[in-house]
Amino acid sequence: MMVTDNVKKLLFIFIAALGFQTAEAQLEIEIISGNASALPIAIVPFDWQNAGPTPTSRVDEIISGDLYRSGLFDPMEVKDMVERPTDSEGIRFGTWRLLKVDYIVVGKVRRPADGNGFELIYQLFDVHTQEMLLSRVTTVGPGDLRFGAHRVADSIYEALTGVPGAFSTRIAYITATGLGKDQRYALVVADADGFGPQSIVGSPEPLLSPAWSPDGSHLAYVSFEKGNSAIYMQDVSTGARELISSGKGINGAPSFSPDGKKMALTLSRSGNPEIYVRDMATGRTDQITQHWSIDTEPVWSPDGRYIYFTSDRGGRPQIYRVPPGGGDPERVTLEGDYNARASVSPDGRRIAVAQGRGNEYRIAVWDLESERFTVLTPGKLDESPSYAPNGSMILYATREGSRGVLSAVSADGNVRQRLILSDGDVREPAWSPVIR
Amino acid sequence: MKSAWRLTIALIIALTLAACQTAPKTEPVTETPTAPKTDVDTKAAPDPHDYSDARNFDNPESLLSKRVIYFDFDKSTVRPEFRGIISAHAAYAKAHSSARVTLEGHADERGTREYNLGLGERRGNAVEGLMSAQGGRSDQLTVVSYGEERPVCRVSDDECWSLNRRVEIVYTAK
Repeated sequence: MMVTDNVKKLLFIFIAALGFQTAEAQLEIEIISGNASALPIAIVPFDWQNAGPTPTSRVDEIISGDLYRSGLFDPMEVKDMVERPTDSEGIRFGTWRLLKVDYIVVGKVRRPADGNGFELIYQLFDVHTQEMLLSRVTTVGPGDLRFGAHRVADSIYEALTGVPGAFSTRIAYITATGLGKDQRYALVVADADGFGPQSIVGSPEPLLSPAWSPDGSHLAYVSFEKGNSAIYMQDVSTGARELISSGKGINGAPSFSPDGKKMALTLSRSGNPEIYVRDMATGRTDQITQHWSIDTEPVWSPDGRYIYFTSDRGGRPQIYRVPPGGGDPERVTLEGDYNARASVSPDGRRIAVAQGRGNEYRIAVWDLESERFTVLTPGKLDESPSYAPNGSMILYATREGSRGVLSAVSADGNVRQRLILSDGDVREPAWSPVIR
Repeated sequence: MKSAWRLTIALIIALTLAACQTAPKTEPVTETPTAPKTDVDTKAAPDPHDYSDARNFDNPESLLSKRVIYFDFDKSTVRPEFRGIISAHAAYAKAHSSARVTLEGHADERGTREYNLGLGERRGNAVEGLMSAQGGRSDQLTVVSYGEERPVCRVSDDECWSLNRRVEIVYTAK
């Protein structure tokens, strides 16, 4: 399945101009297995229409990078473009057919009439039929040109695959640097392409389990800063945060309901870990499971009808589900020794888990309808799967030697990429919802 | 938060500079004549089996000096060879009502982080249960699980994993 003999290597190195912690200084994204049938596409450099210096972010590069990393596209390098049209009149389709390109995107960037921000005006053509598939203007605020380019990539991806793009989203993850007493943990938020990492929490004590609110405005996470696990909720842009739970025992695994009004969490105040549901407005917290086993890692189905969770009530960890109002839990995963930490696909039909077999842990997807597993990753210590909001990719944590790195695999397992922090461990990725 | 970072960095720089300034340029190597060494501790050496004697915390002959209990993979059963250590600390806690003990539960890196938090707690609870049964009071004992977040060893092999699956007996008051 993996096109390992046709490994494509292209390294995007992003130097984070804004990162104020050296640990976030560099994130490399590399495709480690590609798709042989990737669509050839040309994203011609966009023409800057205004006087003054051109913006530092190259829109065409950002779009090409996004499409390339999806594994579904093979963007042409700019140096191979013998012509560089910036509008439909300038395209000579015969040239592009000779260059063996199937699709072409031409466009311009200019300041809007009010002088603030950017307008990206672009068109997508099928080179063979000469049909215009897309013609749009995307307007973004000052400082958001990269975001605008990701939005353009989202639209192109949707026009050609039928699935909305997820390039204009963000990822959260935990980093750990240093050893022993010098260990530092950080909760970092970056663009989905790894650009612009910002540490939003730093601590000498462990941080884990970041979870996005459905509108992308807040992150809930677990921090040991008080000497025991505690759950916090933090506004991603202002940094304002609220203590959600710090009772006796474990306070872990926060997960927002799809409407954002409730949070599922794990508490062990009864003596062992159980699933609870907290009403975010009133703070009322109801116990949902009741069993002497470990019940943890709750996550909501997209329709809000179920909470999926990990439990070893059957002897080994497996995924179960229970209605958020409580009831009899029902076992979901029926194969394998160890299935834990579910991430539900956005259509609610599949569940990605960390699947253990002996000493090897891989990301596997359980199809709820066919009741079968598909193993997507090679191991050996793969965990923390997180679906992209469009279901196209699954982000997860793995180990290379003795350090943790992030990887992403396409939902069909054909394309894999990895995101490597230059220094220290990266772990516990959480892909944001689509941010409007 | 940025300003907090700047402050931290400034502090580190300040402390580093201070350390540099106070460090002596050369280490004086002098032989001072001293009186022949006598045993300062005039009391007899502690009985290693007297688990109420705090001196045994540093006596390698005593079980009280051992404060880590190791576990099998995905298990929280205390192995027979560790029961004696737990009994020794239970005896100390029973003899010293002011003693406070945190039982830190840990797991190896295999498996998911939140599940391992549960596993670490289960191990801590197993040790707490044995200590309580032997006279440790519940207000003296606190279980905190760190799951796989605080490994003592970072290699992905059996030896390292076995060192990380543990409960550490930490005295916050003796």
